[in-house]
This record gives sequence, structure tokens and C-alpha cells, in this order.
Amino acid sequence: MSMPFYVAPEQQMKDKADYARKGIARGRSAVVLQYEGGILMVADNMSRTLHKISELYDRIGFAAVGRYPEFENLRLMGVRFADVRGYQYDRRDVSGRQLANIYAQTLGTVFSESLKPWEVEIVVAEVGDTADDDEIYRITFDGSIVDEQGFVAVGGSSDHVGTVLKDRFAADAPLSAALNTATHALARENGEERELEAANLEVAVLERSREHRKFRRIHGRRLTTLIEEGQAAARTASGGGATTEDEANE
Amino acid sequence: MSAGTSSFTEFLTSVHPEMLPGHRLPESGAAGHLTPDATTIVALTFPGGVLLAGDRRATQGNVIANRDMEKVFRTDEFSAVAIAGSAGFGIELARLYQVELEHYEKMEGRSLTLEGKANKLAQMVRGNLGLAMQGFVMIPLFVGFDENTAQGRVFSYDAVGGRYEEHRYHSIGSGSVYARGSIKKLYTDDLDETTAIKVALESLYDAADDDSATGGPDLHRKIFPLIDVITEDGHRRIPAEDVARLATEVVEGRAADPDGPTASLS
Repeated sequence: MSMPFYVAPEQQMKDKADYARKGIARGRSAVVLQYEGGILMVADNMSRTLHKISELYDRIGFAAVGRYPEFENLRLMGVRFADVRGYQYDRRDVSGRQLANIYAQTLGTVFSESLKPWEVEIVVAEVGDTADDDEIYRITFDGSIVDEQGFVAVGGSSDHVGTVLKDRFAADAPLSAALNTATHALARENGEERELEAANLEVAVLERSREHRKFRRIHGRRLTTLIEEGQAAARTASGGGATTEDEANE
Repeated sequence: MSAGTSSFTEFLTSVHPEMLPGHRLPESGAAGHLTPDATTIVALTFPGGVLLAGDRRATQGNVIANRDMEKVFRTDEFSAVAIAGSAGFGIELARLYQVELEHYEKMEGRSLTLEGKANKLAQMVRGNLGLAMQGFVMIPLFVGFDENTAQGRVFSYDAVGGRYEEHRYHSIGSGSVYARGSIKKLYTDDLDETTAIKVALESLYDAADDDSATGGPDLHRKIFPLIDVITEDGHRRIPAEDVARLATEVVEGRAADPDGPTASLS
């Protein structure tokens, strides 16, 4: 006689969480942080067309790491929700908090009800009229939602990346400096030290001063220039003494 | 949703059909008098761009229903639409179309081509044929900057969704015959942006002069036409103070010469 297979709920949840964490850890991280003109979103992404960072609505951006088809699904869901809301009421009635809640609910339901949790971690960021009104939410694979202050890192070794970010973060930094901080943090993923080039980066901003739709991608020559400016400023700031990163570069 | 659509209208049809314009039609009979009419719109191209302008009046029979109505809408970075006819449904169509273009762009990660945008609008106008049959006729005029050919283009429509590309300039609405005649006499192929705006303002003045349903520049209430310009740098609404200055010039010019500038005979 075969015994029915029993797994304790605690064990089940733990297994699912471990599975999701492992899946997420396989990919590269993404960071979202405030800068003087709004919110900067940077992801380590080789693809030029499969985005990890996107626009959800006028003031709201989306960044994700993990399994592409899963977070793409969440992105499309968010765009649909936001567009229906905005059409039904008014464009200003679409908020980052609503979207973050919907994502949290969806991920929470998937995590507790289906066999395989989604291996994703996402950020919903909304740029406000002033820096104090900015909102950054981090939503994890189990539907937990955290209201972050100033900056956040998601992905495999987000703790490590987050620590580096924390040391250098300044909410009123110019864009090039913020980008330098972000790439510096991303390059230290998994305890390694790499050099991130423009081709590895997906960069977008939610620009406070822009009219109507605040989301804008930064690529090509503008991105290269910003990276160079950021590096130059960082070198000057460190008193001319070359950092480890610069030595590797020269 | 299974492998979903990138069209907002299709999505709305499946989840919230009641939110679409014209979803609930009156039982029968003409009901066009239920919403005010919006009138003259002009569009003209100039080297490197296109301009869309509309007067501000809405009328209900012989009554002025609204003096500062907005009939010109930015639809995305490189296009704009204006409506003439049934104001209630026309404005809703413009709003829906704006979301439609944005929705596609966000879902697909790239914009539609200008042709694609123009065709989509044709489908949406055709979808409102039922409304048109009941007296709610609304006609859009669509302009955009074509990034492939680096030039401004103008598309007009009829109530059944026929789409026609217009060359150089076009006008729709009750005052359009006067506006078009006016543009015809002032238009040259080498207009710069400011001159194009002046031509548009002159033509709207002429439309208001002869069509009671078109509003002229209202110097006392400071209500002036809305003018959108689209070039390779994208969409731009001309600031109200600039339009006010140019419109005041036009009105002052007419004080000396009521018929305005004329074409040369030689």
C-alpha cells in the first residue's frame, strides 16, 4: 500500500521560496534610485530589445529581474490596468501604489496557490512633483511589498548591490553621478568586480521636469557621454587617486 | 488573457465594452442635437513639419454652447488629432485614440508607423458608423510627422471611415470652405513655422468671419485658437502667449483691411 505523500505547509513554502530565490539569483540585478531630476533606473542587460525596464504610465516606471516571460506578463498586466484606469477616470488617477498592490496580490496568489512560484522581483517607481513625493516600491516573488526610501536594488545578490548603493547614494546627485553610483553597485554583483559598458546597460529615467510622459530611455551616444562624465567626476572626487576600478581600466 | 492584443480598444471591448463610445445607442431617430457641434479645424504642412489648429467655439443650434472648447489633441510624440462635429463623442474618440497609440507603444516597445496610426483611426471612425447614422457625425483630422520620410503629413476622414491623405493643407468643419479658400490664397511651399501659424490664424479668422459656428480670436476674454506643431523634434503646443500675440496682429491687420492679405495677381 502506498502512503499518501505529505509535505508540511512550512516545508512547502520554504521549498518554493528557495526555488524562486535560486531562479532569480541566476540573472543580473537592477537598481532604481533618485537623482536630482527624478528617478533613475538601471539594469544589467545585454539585450537591446528585451527590456527589463519599461514605462507603465505617465509618471510610473517598471524594473524587473528574473524570468523574462514571467515579468513581461506582469508588465503587460500593469500597462493594461493603468490605461483602463486612466481612460475611465483621469490620467492623474493612476498611481504607483495601486500598481504595486496589484502586483503584490498577483505574485502572492501565484506563490501560495500554484506549484511553481514566479522567479521575479520587481520595482514600481513613481516620480512626484518634488523629490519628497517620489515613491519606490519593491515587490518580491511571494508578494511582499516594501516601500523603499531613495534607492533599491533587486536581483540575485541585491543585498550586496544594495550595500554598495547605500554607501554612495545621494538623492540630489546629478544624473551622471547617480548613473556612476548605479553601475558601480551593479558591477560588484556576486562579490565580483567587472567593468560595465554602455552595451551592457539598460538605462531609463523618470524625468520630473518633462511634460506629460516622464519616462525616457537613455542609450547610444548620450549614455556613453553620461558614463564618461560620471567616471571623470568620480575620479576627481576621490582626490585624483585612482581607485581599483580605474586601475583596471587604464 | 491569453497572448494578448496590443490594441487598447480591443482589450476594452473584451473587458469593459460599456466604456467605449457609442456602446449604448439611442433606440431610434436622429439625436444629433443632444451634443454641441465643434467646428473649423485647419492643417497645413511646411518644410520639416506640420501644423494643426482649431477654433474654440462649440454651438448647439444657434446658441454658443462653449467659447473655449478644446478640439485639438496631442496623440503621441509625433502626431495630433482634431475633431469636428459631435463634440461629446468626438472628444471621447480623441481620448480613446490617444490611449490606443500609447498602449500599443508600451505593449510593443515601439510606436506604430504613421500609416499604421492613420489606418487605426480610420477603423475607429468606422466603428462609430452607427452613431453617425443617428446624427452624431464626428470627423477627425489627423496630422503627424513621418520619421521615415522626414515630412509632415495630413490625413482626413469621412463618417464611414474612409481615409484620405491630403497634400499641403486641408480643413474640416462647418467653416472649412472659407478656411480652405483662405489658405489656398496664402499658402506657399516654403513657409516657415511662424508664417504657417500666421496663415492658419488668417484662415480661421476668415472661417469665423463667414461661418457663425466658428469662433474668431476673442481679444476681450483672451481666448485664442489652439495650435499644435509637429516636427522632427516632436509635438509642441504653441504657447498661448505666442498665439495671442500673432492673433492680435491678425485682428489689427483686419482693422485696416477687413478682407485680410490677398494673393498676388501677377
